[in-house]
Amino acid sequence: MEITSPDFKKNASEALADTTLQRALKNVELGFIGKRQDAVDALPEFEALRDLGRDIKTHCLKHLDVYLDEYEKKVTASGGHVHWAETAQDACEIVRDICRSVGARTMTKGKSMISEEMQLNAFLEKDGMEVTETDLGEYIIQLRGEHPSHIIAPAVHVTKEQVEADFRRAHTQLDPNRNLDDPVSLLGEARAVLREKYFAADVGITGANFLVAESGSSVIVTNEGNGDLTQTLSRVHIVLASIEKVIPTLNDLDVFLRLLARSATGQEQSVYTTISTGPRRAEDPDGPEQYHVVLLDNGRSEMLGTDFEEMLRCIRCGACINHCPVYHAVGGHSYGWVYPGPMGSVLTPSLIGVDKAGHLPNASTLCGRCESVCPMRIPLPKMLRHWREREYERHLNPTPQRWGLKGWAYFARRPRLYHQTMRFGMRLMKYLAPQTALMRRLPAAGGWTKHREFPAPEGKTFQQLWAERQASNGQTKGDAA
Amino acid sequence: MNFASPTPKDTKGKRVGLFVTCLVDLFRPTVGFAAVKLLEDAGFELEVPRDQTCCGQPAYNSGDKDDAKALAKQVIKAFEGYDYIVAPSGSCTGMIRKHYPSLLADEPEWADRAVAVAGKTYELVSFLVDIAGIEKVSSHFTGTVTYHDSCSGLRELGIKDQPRKLLASVPGVDLKEMKDSDVCCGFGGTFSVKYPDISNAIVSKKTKTITDAGAGTLLAGDMGCLMNMAGKLKRDGSAIQVRHIAEVLADMADGPAIGEKSGR
Ligand code: SF4
Repeated sequence: MEITSPDFKKNASEALADTTLQRALKNVELGFIGKRQDAVDALPEFEALRDLGRDIKTHCLKHLDVYLDEYEKKVTASGGHVHWAETAQDACEIVRDICRSVGARTMTKGKSMISEEMQLNAFLEKDGMEVTETDLGEYIIQLRGEHPSHIIAPAVHVTKEQVEADFRRAHTQLDPNRNLDDPVSLLGEARAVLREKYFAADVGITGANFLVAESGSSVIVTNEGNGDLTQTLSRVHIVLASIEKVIPTLNDLDVFLRLLARSATGQEQSVYTTISTGPRRAEDPDGPEQYHVVLLDNGRSEMLGTDFEEMLRCIRCGACINHCPVYHAVGGHSYGWVYPGPMGSVLTPSLIGVDKAGHLPNASTLCGRCESVCPMRIPLPKMLRHWREREYERHLNPTPQRWGLKGWAYFARRPRLYHQTMRFGMRLMKYLAPQTALMRRLPAAGGWTKHREFPAPEGKTFQQLWAERQASNGQTKGDAA
Repeated sequence: MNFASPTPKDTKGKRVGLFVTCLVDLFRPTVGFAAVKLLEDAGFELEVPRDQTCCGQPAYNSGDKDDAKALAKQVIKAFEGYDYIVAPSGSCTGMIRKHYPSLLADEPEWADRAVAVAGKTYELVSFLVDIAGIEKVSSHFTGTVTYHDSCSGLRELGIKDQPRKLLASVPGVDLKEMKDSDVCCGFGGTFSVKYPDISNAIVSKKTKTITDAGAGTLLAGDMGCLMNMAGKLKRDGSAIQVRHIAEVLADMADGPAIGEKSGR
C-alpha cells in the first residue's frame, strides 16, 4: 500500500470536502461512544480491570523473549509450526512458501491488520493466488480496491448505498433485479457468496487478537463467525501475528477479552471467541491438517526500552480512534498508512519512520480523550509529544514554525523585555481593531483567521494594569521588576 | 487517576501567587482581576509576581524541550515561595502540575522543586471549591449560560463539578448544558494554526452544540478555548456572548464579552 502520510494535510482537506465520507463518519460518533460508555458503566470493576490489563502487558513486554520462547515450544508440541519474520517482506515470503508447499491456489482470509502492514494480498495475487477477505467490512473494501479506514470497522467510511453499488458491480452472477436496499439483504448476499469461497479454499489465513504462551494457542474474536469458517474449513491454517500479541496464560486472556469487547463495540463479549491450538488431532471432528503461525516483528522489538514501548500494550480495540475529534473530522485514510487515529499517530512513525509520518503526531489537539478511554492506559498524548520532540531535535518541522517558536521563547524567557514588548504589541493590536474588537487578518496567523475572527486584546496588559493598581495603592508587593 | 477533592483547609493568612497566564495577561486582563477578586474575597493574601510570562506549554507541545524547561524553571523560581499558586486556566495548571515534574525529573537541582511547585498549583475554580472550601460566591447575573469543559482541566485535573457548583450559587444564572460538553473545541494551541481546516471542522461541531443549547452566554475556564470558540461564533455572526467563568463568578461580567467592542 502506498504510504501517503506525508500528504496528510492534503488528504485531510480532501476528506473534509467529501460529503459522502462526512456522512459515513457520523456513524463513528453515533455507533461506538454511547455503547462503550453503557458497557463500562455496567461493569463496576472496569477501572480495576484496566489496571490489571496494563500490568499484565507491561510484565509481558519486559519478558517478551521468555514468553515468545514458551509460546513457540507449546505450538510445536501441539503439532504446529512457528515462523519468525523480521520484516513484512519476510512474512509475505513465508506465507507464499507455505501456500506453494501445499499447492494452494485459493485462500480465504479473516481480518488481520498485520496483513495490511505486509500488503499480503497484493503479494499473493502477484504469485497467481486468489485471496478472498471474509470479514464483511474487509470484503467490501476488497471489492472497492481500498484499504481499511478503521482497525475494527474497516469499511466505516463507506455508506450503505455505496455497498449496494459495489455488490451489483461485483456479483454479476445474481439477479440484477434483486432487492438490496437494506443491511439485512446486503449481509445475506455477502454470506451466500462467501460461503462458496470457504469450501473452495485451500488455505485459511487469520490474524490473532492474542497468543497464549502457556498453551501455545492463538485467539481471535469476531462478530461474524467468519474467522471460524476461514480456519476450520481449509486444509491449512496460517495465523499472522505480531510479537507483542503474546500473553502469559488463559486466565489472563479473560481480563483482555472483557476489556476488548467493551472498549471496542460496547459488547460484554464478542459473538465468537475462538481459541486454536495446533492442527486437527485424531479425535477432532474437524480442523486444518496444518497449523502455522507467522510471528512478525517489523520494527516492534526496536520500540522496546524506548519512550514508545508502552504503545506495544495496544490490543487494537479502536476506542482511541472512536473518541478522537480529529479522526471524526478526517477519517482513517487521511493518515496515509495502515493505522489511523491516536494509536496510529504513535505507531506509524515507529514503523515507517517519523520522517514520513511526521504530520501524524502533530495533527492532534492533545485533548486526552484517547488516553481517558484506552483500556490499556496507554499515555497516547505523552507519546505524541515524544514524537514531536524527536522531530524538533532532528529539525524535521518546518523552519517558519521553528523560528516563530524560537522568537516567542526568546521574549518569554526575558520577563522584563517581554512585558515591555507585549504592552506595545497589545496596544497596536487593539488599535488595528478599534471598532469591532475582532481581527479578520493577522500576520503569521492566516490559519486562524481563515475560519475564525481573532478576538482583539482589551488594551492594556494585566501586568500593566496591576502595576498601576499597586502604585495607586502604594504597594509594590510581588513586583520584582 | 484519583480526582477526589482534598478536604478544604484553613486558608487564613495563606499567600497565593497568581499565575496570570499569558493569554489573560495579554488579551483579557478582566479575567485576571476577576481571579484577584475571587481570591481576595476568599481571604487569601495575593501577589502577582512580575517575573512571569508563560508556563512554557507552547514550547513543550511543539517538542522544544529546552525552552520548555527554561520557562518551567522561570515559573518555579518566581512562585516556589508561595503557599499556593493559582491560575485561571486548566491547561496552564495542567502543564505545571502534571508536566513540570517529568520535564525536570532528570535535573537533580530542579526535580524536587518542580514536584513541590506542582503539588501546590491549582486551577482557580477548583481551588476555590476544593481547597478554600467556598460553596457560593457573591455575584449576580441574569441570563442563560452554557459551560464547555476544557480538555486539560477536565481530563488532567478532574474539573467538572466545581464550576457548575459555583455557577449554581449565582442568583440569576440558568445553566443549560450543551451536548458533548467534554469534547475538544479544536483549539489545541498551535494546532489551530498548523491544521486550520481540521481545527475548523472541530470547532464548527462545537459551536453547533453551543448554539443548540440555546444559552445566551458561553462560559469556560480557559482563554485559548474561549478565543477559539468566540472567534468562530463571531465569524458565523452569532450573538452568543463568550466569557471566562471567573468573570461571572466575580460579578465582573458587565463589560464587553470576548471579541466584542471594548471600552477599556
Ligand atoms: S491505543 Fe488503547 S484505545 Fe487505542 S486501540 Fe490500542 S488499546 Fe485501544
